[in-house]
Amino acid sequence: MAARLNANIKDAGSAGLLAFAIFAPFLGLRLHGTTNGLILGYRPELLAIAVALTIAARFLVLTYQARRVHAGRAAWRADKIARSGKFVAPILLICAALMPLIPGIANFYIDLGVLVMTYVMLGWGLNIVVGLAGLLDLGYVAFYAVGAYAFALMAQDFHLGFWECLPLAGIAAAVWGMILGFPVLRLRGDYLAIVTLAFGEIIRLVITNWVSLTGGPNGIYDIPHPSFFGLTFNLEGGPGTFSGFFGLDPDPKQQTTYLYYIIFALALLTNWVTLRLRKLPLGRAWEALREDEIACRSLGINLRNTKLSAFAIGAMFAGFAGCFFATRQAFISPDSFTFIESATVLAIVVLGGVGSQLGVALAALVMIGVPALLQDLSIYRMLFFGIALVVMMVIRPRGFVSTRTPSIALGKRRAISGEMVSEGHG
Amino acid sequence: MSKVLSLSGVSAFYGQIQALKSVDIDVNEGEIVTLIGANGAGKSTLMMTICGNPRARTGSIIYRGEDITNLPMHEIARRQIAQSPEGRRIFPRMSVEENLMMGSQVVKFADYDQQLGLMLELFPRLKERFGQRAGTMSGGEQQMLAIARALMSKPKLLMLDEPSLGLAPLIVKQIFSAIRKLNQEMGLTVLLVEQNAFQALRLAHRGYVLVNGAITMQGPGAELLARPEIRAAYLEGGH
Repeated sequence: MAARLNANIKDAGSAGLLAFAIFAPFLGLRLHGTTNGLILGYRPELLAIAVALTIAARFLVLTYQARRVHAGRAAWRADKIARSGKFVAPILLICAALMPLIPGIANFYIDLGVLVMTYVMLGWGLNIVVGLAGLLDLGYVAFYAVGAYAFALMAQDFHLGFWECLPLAGIAAAVWGMILGFPVLRLRGDYLAIVTLAFGEIIRLVITNWVSLTGGPNGIYDIPHPSFFGLTFNLEGGPGTFSGFFGLDPDPKQQTTYLYYIIFALALLTNWVTLRLRKLPLGRAWEALREDEIACRSLGINLRNTKLSAFAIGAMFAGFAGCFFATRQAFISPDSFTFIESATVLAIVVLGGVGSQLGVALAALVMIGVPALLQDLSIYRMLFFGIALVVMMVIRPRGFVSTRTPSIALGKRRAISGEMVSEGHG
Repeated sequence: MSKVLSLSGVSAFYGQIQALKSVDIDVNEGEIVTLIGANGAGKSTLMMTICGNPRARTGSIIYRGEDITNLPMHEIARRQIAQSPEGRRIFPRMSVEENLMMGSQVVKFADYDQQLGLMLELFPRLKERFGQRAGTMSGGEQQMLAIARALMSKPKLLMLDEPSLGLAPLIVKQIFSAIRKLNQEMGLTVLLVEQNAFQALRLAHRGYVLVNGAITMQGPGAELLARPEIRAAYLEGGH
């Protein structure tokens, strides 16, 4: 015990030294601009705080890790999470369904809800590709862009509305999913990730440079908002508008709420399809593919069709989400579809626990909702966010919900903790 | 006796390297045929070639009267040729039940419930582990699962690649007796690739010896076991 304490103190001390080396230049020193030029100032107290915090945090992490007991505890925890999941998921669902109806809620929060819900949907869509089929896709935003531009272009050139374009945008994205799928059929792991990353960038660059079609960097604007059974939303009211028809005072909240329920329904659709697919032979083949390709082939599974279907279905939901994004923003440009979007969605999937629907929803809430709510912290926002992510991954290295419930079971279903099996090999 | 599988003049390459040199092999209905040889002799390659990867560059592979030499892998697997690839390759994060379901899901004529009952009778351990994550089972149990999964498609021919790999002698005995039982009671034809030459030759009706990608000897299992050169090359130093 004493030896371990000693080792921990030593380790924390070296972490402190490292922190000193890192923080000394940019916390310890400060340049003041004066009329005579720049003067070098010192801030030793800030540096001391940073180093002390690092040492304390490292020490706590080590102490906490030493107390972790594996197998038994992990199984117990898996069981607990699975059981609490039974309550958490419906409660979250009810909260999400009622959120915009809270009396007096600010439009800002409903709008934030729309944003979070978009990422929940993207996370669930990517979860099909990454979580179920095990195909690491770093270019998921490409399909989001295809969906958004498909709708924007159809609205601009053919004056089609949101509801006509929604399925078309999904189909367009699914087709592009297959087009990406073909060349990468034989790739796995890192190589697959690189090609999908490149694919995402290619789509963005094509959109940026094909000015005659897409408007290039200027984007496309005046994309119509969705109508409510033919009724439009605007602030003047009058006949033919939502507020006029129902005799309400025009309020921007009405439209935001409507958008919220659209994306809510789309996200639930994604979730429902995923849950259904998991119980079908196709979904089981995806999971088997994630586990072992060679075994799949020896069992007669057609790898090409299985992989392409995963890419296509995953891409289709990104297409729906993209279509929604375009109608919500009313303006899209290539800037909305950079690599950072792909990375964010992938982070949501990984943070939530690959393959877990509840985990992904929670992660989207944390990754998108929390930074927006922390706006009061201004410049320290991302710092706190980063710290929170690191702490998360230390405490739960396989994501919020790292259990997998068998898609079929006789009698009682037993959740299987991800912590019981080694990293990477299942 | 009708031929289930017949290879004639099959050669296979990995790039420039020739791994199989004009191999001829016959497997008759109801037989256990074993393929023995040293490390790197091409045993696994031969099995993989029958499965379609790597492809045979020359020669032909006839399965029950049909030329399967150029069929895609999954098509070969769908013709009731069950393969249990080397190293077990079960799906570790899926339950035993899901693993077994994967074994029969693409083969339309398989009767899942009936076949499942047979497998659980043959390997009672799998029944105990039915809802468990396959990756948490012992090596022997995983091997049993791999064989059971391959058999879920109600195959006419079972090909096993080194089922004794990394298992304790007692477990190997269990696995081999299960193979014998399958052969005797259900008339299953088995092609067995093995390092454990002694056990394999005792089990098999006939055997082939593969050296550097070519068949050098063949004959009934007992006869091969008695040959001094086989004893010297593959059996010295322990059973």
